[in-house]
Amino acid sequence: MLISFCLNGELKKLNISPNRRVTDLLREDFGLTGTKEGCGTGECGACTILADGEPRLSCLMLAAQLEGKKIVTIEGLSDGQKLHPVQQAFIDYGAVQCGFCSPGMILSAAAFLRQTPEPSRDQIRESISGNLCRCTGYQKIVDALEAAAKIMQEE
Amino acid sequence: MREVFVPKSSTELWDMWGSYPNAQVYAGGTDFLVQLRNRKRDASVIICMERLEAFKGVQQQQNMIRIGACTTLSHVLKEPVIRKHIPVLATAIRRLGSPLIRNMATIGGNICTASPAGDTLPPLYILDAVLEICSEQGIRHIALKDFIHGPGQTALMKNEILSCINVKIPQEYQIHHFEKVGKRKAMTCSVASLAGLLKLDHKGVIKGVRLAWGAVGPRVLMSEKVERSLKGMQLSAESLENAVQQGTEIFSPIDDIRASADYRRKIAGNLMRRLVRHVQPDAGYQIRPDTRIRQPENI
Ligand SMILES: Cc1cc2nc3c(=O)[nH]c(=O)nc-3n(C[C@H](O)[C@H](O)[C@H](O)COP(=O)(O)OP(=O)(O)OC[C@H]3O[C@@H](n4cnc5c(N)ncnc54)[C@H](O)[C@@H]3O)c2cc1C
Ligand code: FES
Ligand code: FES
Repeated sequence: MLISFCLNGELKKLNISPNRRVTDLLREDFGLTGTKEGCGTGECGACTILADGEPRLSCLMLAAQLEGKKIVTIEGLSDGQKLHPVQQAFIDYGAVQCGFCSPGMILSAAAFLRQTPEPSRDQIRESISGNLCRCTGYQKIVDALEAAAKIMQEE
Repeated sequence: MREVFVPKSSTELWDMWGSYPNAQVYAGGTDFLVQLRNRKRDASVIICMERLEAFKGVQQQQNMIRIGACTTLSHVLKEPVIRKHIPVLATAIRRLGSPLIRNMATIGGNICTASPAGDTLPPLYILDAVLEICSEQGIRHIALKDFIHGPGQTALMKNEILSCINVKIPQEYQIHHFEKVGKRKAMTCSVASLAGLLKLDHKGVIKGVRLAWGAVGPRVLMSEKVERSLKGMQLSAESLENAVQQGTEIFSPIDDIRASADYRRKIAGNLMRRLVRHVQPDAGYQIRPDTRIRQPENI
């Protein structure tokens, strides 16, 4: 099946099996291994991508559903060399340990902060409630997101 | 190899079903694709309904609200019409899954999965939702409570889809209540849930009440006996305790990995006992001169 979609700003046209999971397609065919697979069943959020700006789980999307979509993975979030404010805040606040959850967490948060410029801590927690982290205990992630919200507002 | 189609109109959908009568449909895929992956289901041709615009969106027509079955739960939650007129549904959706799940999952999918723990079901039961079922031949209507036959069992026939959910705005009830108990706050199935609509007079006497429990039986449970025992009574710990006693016999929960049947039965009662705490001005109900409407918390 011929599918065309936009991946991290580049138009892609390719002939693929419509039944491939988007996670597998990104990791295996495009080498974009920033998108992780944790559970494969919607529970962990490690496979989060942005589809037309909205966070979605790539493990529960099939290739056929990509047609005409604008997809952004963690590799496409920064503006050239300049990291997205959420990425920078994760570094500055030490919100990363093993890093397996970070790509999904960052994409979920980036989309949320764009829509909610002045979030409360509770709203931040709610926004990443579908992204599980086994290492950090979330405190530093929430700290980083509070800081990123302020920076995004100033920009 | 499995074929996947993504029709953009209902005509395309019927054509595809014409060519592949055994094709199975999905919307958000948050139940369906998980089941395919776990091999609890198999299909050589599948049809994704995420682009069927005709079955998406929320509209108000006088005192009726129409919700397209393929509308995502995030979208339903954002609609001012839903938050204003049926906050009981908004609160339930807010407790379903996570933002990621709600961005994909649809309201029609939640209904057609017919899980005893489906979180939109108790609110839709007490709102007397009427479903529109669509096939190439036309549309038929069926009440939600007649549509769901048991866990995973619905009145859908071959090559029919759920196209729309109709809800009449419940003008007479000021208080909308939904509470869910799960193992954790987000991303969890209900161990038990309670949805309620209440009409109280200025002295706190119950003039009207609808209650429905989720996850404590094979289907959503409602009890006329319980509702009758509350009507005309002051909303108080005593009247609720009496109603709980009337109600326990209807609960027939199951033991599963999430909770034991005994625990579920206990929670189902406690959810009702707690109503008296929730329906207090300081417990999140905004008081207006004539109405008290449960505000869906800062969504
Ligand atoms: C991590 C996770 C957490 C979850 N948490 C919750 C929760 O807290 N509460 C809860 O209630 N559910 C929960 N769910 C279950 C699921 O997300 C919901 O039931 C969801 O609403 C299903 O919608 P969908 O569009 O994804 O359905 P799909 O998976 O697309 O479809 C489900 C079933 O319904 C049928 N179907 C779908 N739409 C139609 C239609 N319009 N007409 C005819 N048939 C149709 C499909 O054929 C399929 O059999 C969770 C799921 C996951 C993966
Ligand atoms: S891998 Fe997709 S949610 Fe866990
Ligand atoms: S940093 Fe290890 S899972 Fe989050």
